[in-house]
Amino acid sequence: MLVGKKGWAAIKIMVFLLSLTPFALLVNDAINDRLGANPIEALHFGFGDWALRFLCIGLALTPIKTITGQSWPVRFRRMMGLFAFFYASLHLLVFIVLDLSLSWEAFKDEVPKSPYILMGLLTFLLLIPLAVTSTKKMQKRLGRNWLNLHRLVYVAGITALVHYFWLVKKDYTEPLIYAAVIGVLLGIRIVVYCRRKVDFLSFDLFYVKRR
Amino acid sequence: MLIKIKTNILNSEITDRAVFESRREFIKAATVLSAGVMLPRPGHAETGKYHDVPVGPYSAKLPVTDREDVASYTNYYEFSTNKQDSTVLARALKTRPWSVEVAGEVEKPGVYNLEDILKNNPVQERIYRFRCVEAWSMVVPWIGFPLGDMLKRFKPTSKAKFVEFTTLHNPEIMIGQRSGVLDWPYVEGLRMDEAMHPLTMMATGMYGDELPNQNGAPLRLIVPWKYGFKSIKAVVKIRFMETMPETAWHKSAPGEYGFYANVNPEVAHPRWSQSRERVLGSSIFTPKRDTEKFNGYGGEVASLYSGMDLKKYF
Repeated sequence: MLVGKKGWAAIKIMVFLLSLTPFALLVNDAINDRLGANPIEALHFGFGDWALRFLCIGLALTPIKTITGQSWPVRFRRMMGLFAFFYASLHLLVFIVLDLSLSWEAFKDEVPKSPYILMGLLTFLLLIPLAVTSTKKMQKRLGRNWLNLHRLVYVAGITALVHYFWLVKKDYTEPLIYAAVIGVLLGIRIVVYCRRKVDFLSFDLFYVKRR
Repeated sequence: MLIKIKTNILNSEITDRAVFESRREFIKAATVLSAGVMLPRPGHAETGKYHDVPVGPYSAKLPVTDREDVASYTNYYEFSTNKQDSTVLARALKTRPWSVEVAGEVEKPGVYNLEDILKNNPVQERIYRFRCVEAWSMVVPWIGFPLGDMLKRFKPTSKAKFVEFTTLHNPEIMIGQRSGVLDWPYVEGLRMDEAMHPLTMMATGMYGDELPNQNGAPLRLIVPWKYGFKSIKAVVKIRFMETMPETAWHKSAPGEYGFYANVNPEVAHPRWSQSRERVLGSSIFTPKRDTEKFNGYGGEVASLYSGMDLKKYF
């Protein structure tokens, strides 16, 4: 694919705007009272769904690169990760500001009684250092550690799933779909890692020249 | 229409007939006045089948939830686990003709035509609070009759200690029943004294008109001091039993949903608090309401459970 520097900038702006549309649509529905009988729940779940979707998209880019050999998907990794963080922040904000009405008393009562809320908060805490260190500057400063730190996103993907499974009353269809997606995306990484390990071992033990 | 409920208004105060009538006059006048300036929204149908039924006892003086909200946000897993989808899918259900099988410890078992049941049980309107186990609530003007009046006519025997209710099982139409999300058909139950309590009613309508399918047409239970899942929809069978019936949600998760399921802010669901409830129809900036024990009907029903550990018998 031959796209110039300007071309990539334009594509990035388009992807950025596209990623903002769920936010715009939800806010528009909220303003126009089109979120149904329980608008807080609709906003809360809407933002949560999109946080998980962007997390899945972000996790999919490296495997796409591995499989297709194309490097362009990786250009969008930071943006997708930050959008996951953006929607997760809105998800949390709706919970604190609208659902709990900023009441510390409600927070103290409701959060400890809900393992799924605790798991959601943990997921958000895991995402914070990733968002903070997402800049190129931080990437350079942290060097090798940056990669290790950003592996936390795998943990966040799993805790987000647990959060979803624990909150569902009975019908696990949707969390199972996300679990399948994240399972495949993490599975590919495990396969890649194991292959490398095998290659490395064979190199050491049998002095086979690696390609 | 957004209804703000800020304070805990005393429930179960009996609405005076005159007060109620004057309220109607007010609504009529207000409707006429506002007709020119705003689009009519479906509310308390003045032309509905039950628009002129009398107000029964125990009807609370509370601002009712918008009918649209009540009719578009329903847990009806027989159709879908999605509250909006079930509204649409339930349209496929044919609610006439309808009959109810009466069985078990009873002198007059048999299959009763719904029309005959309704002939013997004149309906009335009662405004009740409705509290879901998922921590949301609404206020609904139900149309129906006391369950006890109906049950007495079947002459339960002295062995009848519990009543079991069963929802229609028809996976061709109730497409949610094709999945194993619950063990179909849906079954609920009450202890005999709970069933005979004057607050407990069988509803056939709401907002002055017939029940919409998604709200449990043509016949559903309403037990206002219990979580909504006790108030079983589309009832086709009533069985009097000597032993406690196994109920649908209890069977699916015995640690989370008990047989009694009395509204109780002091007993949390294992996965979430029950201290507060989101009142449907209120603005997004309205804080949740503090949940009341027995949903505010403690004055009437607390004595049914005296001496019982409500943490154990949740």
